[in-house]
Amino acid sequence: MIAMSNAERALDALGDRTRRRIFVRLRDRPRYAGELVRGMRVTRSAVSQHLQVLRAAGLVAVRAEGTRRLYQVDTRGLEALRSWLDGFWDETLGAFKVAAERAASKGRASS
Amino acid sequence: MNEQSRSSSFDPNSVRKVVNVNAPQSIAWDVFTQQMGTWWPLAVYKIGNANAVDAVMEPRVGGRWYERGEDGSTCDWGRVLAWEPPSRLLLSWDIDANFQYDPALNTEIEVLFIAEGSSRTRVELQHRKLDRYGDRRDEMRTIFDKTGDWGQLLAAFAQTAAASVRAS
Repeated sequence: MIAMSNAERALDALGDRTRRRIFVRLRDRPRYAGELVRGMRVTRSAVSQHLQVLRAAGLVAVRAEGTRRLYQVDTRGLEALRSWLDGFWDETLGAFKVAAERAASKGRASS
Repeated sequence: MNEQSRSSSFDPNSVRKVVNVNAPQSIAWDVFTQQMGTWWPLAVYKIGNANAVDAVMEPRVGGRWYERGEDGSTCDWGRVLAWEPPSRLLLSWDIDANFQYDPALNTEIEVLFIAEGSSRTRVELQHRKLDRYGDRRDEMRTIFDKTGDWGQLLAAFAQTAAASVRAS
């Protein structure tokens, strides 16, 4: 039910070209902030601000590795986008089908 | 779905969905009613402030249907109105257009599990009494019914982009 607002935040966040470039680079693999600054024509503080927006939109997650911060793609923002596009019951029943079929194949394997 | 089949079955107060599952009826029933937390898209479809970790349906008429947050809090979604394993489930969906719980809302979700042989089940879901949403009915119906079509979305995007290029 929070999908609508989250999806809109994700769309807004990706509406900026620099943020899209950052997001695409994180899609390849997790990266440190320093790596992200290299090759971009923006300052380190601008990259930090863009990362903050991407995090608020649920598109990017961060974790501490010692004293450094490693950024990676957060799938929640992408899920919100997919739900926003797919609609409530299609999305939900699609997930149910996957789970029921997994349970059925487990049952066959153990019988 | 094309426009013709849509118009012949269109009901502004209900949404129907069918999904064919490669699983026996009893497993489809169990997964839907007793393992909902394993598949419900909790990251996006939940109403509480806490991150939701489970969706629970109490297995009896009058049972609660709710989400449980990682902090142990629960938020009601509705009630079990009919419990007829393994073939029929009737729930109330009491989440209003602002995604708040309203025990007086009482839209209904009926789910039929129809065995098609021993290893396949046709699951028919109807979400009805959407008129309870009053003047927000159409908006809510779209949210529930909308079928994702990335091709259509991209076509619309291309049209909009072309129009903005012409305008500039």
